[in-house]
Amino acid sequence: MKDKQLIVNAIKNGTVIDHIPAKSLFKVITILGLQQINNQITFGTGLESKKLGSKAIIKIADRYFLDEEINKIALVAPQAKLNIIRDYEVIEKRVVEVPDHIQGIVKCVNPKCITNNEDIKTKFTVVTKNEVALKCHYCEKITDQDRIVII
Amino acid sequence: MLNKSLVSITDYSKDDYLKILQIAAEFEKNPSQKLLDGKIVATLFFEPSTRTRLSFESAVNRLGGRIIGFSDANSSSVTKGETLKDTIKMVTNYVDLIVMRHPLEGAARYASEVANVPVINAGDGANQHPTQTLLDLYSIRKTQNKLEDLNVFMIGDLKYGRTVHSLLMAMSNFNPTFFFISPDELKMPNEYKIFLDHHNIKYYEYREFMPIISEADIIYMTRVQKERFSDPIEYEKTKNAYVLSNHMLENTRSNMKILHPLPRVNEISLDVDENPKAYYFTQALNGVFVRQAIITSVLGMK
Repeated sequence: MKDKQLIVNAIKNGTVIDHIPAKSLFKVITILGLQQINNQITFGTGLESKKLGSKAIIKIADRYFLDEEINKIALVAPQAKLNIIRDYEVIEKRVVEVPDHIQGIVKCVNPKCITNNEDIKTKFTVVTKNEVALKCHYCEKITDQDRIVII
Repeated sequence: MLNKSLVSITDYSKDDYLKILQIAAEFEKNPSQKLLDGKIVATLFFEPSTRTRLSFESAVNRLGGRIIGFSDANSSSVTKGETLKDTIKMVTNYVDLIVMRHPLEGAARYASEVANVPVINAGDGANQHPTQTLLDLYSIRKTQNKLEDLNVFMIGDLKYGRTVHSLLMAMSNFNPTFFFISPDELKMPNEYKIFLDHHNIKYYEYREFMPIISEADIIYMTRVQKERFSDPIEYEKTKNAYVLSNHMLENTRSNMKILHPLPRVNEISLDVDENPKAYYFTQALNGVFVRQAIITSVLGMK
């Protein structure tokens, strides 16, 4: 039988986000708001990875991200690596870094927090970065890595 | 501290605490100063708290201010489905200061961001109750003539008690040694022990207080509530281990004082009330002076 392979083309200009844990792919898509843009986007998931077991990759044509945009994905994909592509060449590689403050994106773990009871944008201070722990600006409770829910 | 809301005890620095205590001492000497003449204060109590509300209203009255507000959410438009934001936006037009108590955590912080006038948090769920902490500090300093280097016993529910958590944070500025005495189910949460470790503050944990009671400068009692226990049998077994009675005070230090945020249920026997070491009712009186100090500071008058 002849090998059939769908080849995802390299992009000419844009951003490739690699080393996303497979289970976090759709969270990354949500955080970056990729559903709302019309650029050409390809993604693959369930790909073999020595580091992550199973990883995902996203290629976004003609789109570049600011640090503060891309750092938001550090919450769900701390090992993600970005390749910035111009004219088919990788001109820059970037890693993500957990930001000091987070607005929106994450739900506060405390059901009695005001943000879970009124229409208020959540705000957190990042208290630890290796095992991410977020302190709610409003109720002051800690949301830790395992309990992070993306809004 | 002009126009600066007081939402969390961590909003204030050590210097701020000391300044408030100093102003409170002036009000204790001369409680009726009509600094709020012509001012209106809102007391918005989205859940009832008689003690705290009366203390604030007494403070405002002694300052010559006027009060508008409600004492539980049923008598406000919350029952019509109004959001907290709208309530605060509306009230902010009518008053110079908002004092609020709310069952949800973070409500006061949010209100302080929405309001055009300062907000004083009079309790937001299990989170913060900073005016209680400041009156606790005032009571400790008044009875001990200092805040530094004291042995502070915290007894009862150390897991859910917001007053002990805030007091722990505030006292940590004054090199205390803490003794935490509680049933296993209600021990001081780890995050606070980590905080103490970071600040090199000594603490010890015990299940009983009698063997060590002679070491105490301050005994801070809290209520052990039945609903905090997952196992009712465990509650029945432990409830009497955290009750203070008069005969237990025989070998305590002469400077030792017993504090309690009130209301008390049965954790301090009535026979303790007559002992000069019982300080909880005077502590409540101090609350009025401390709240006078906080109100006038927040409004930039002191």
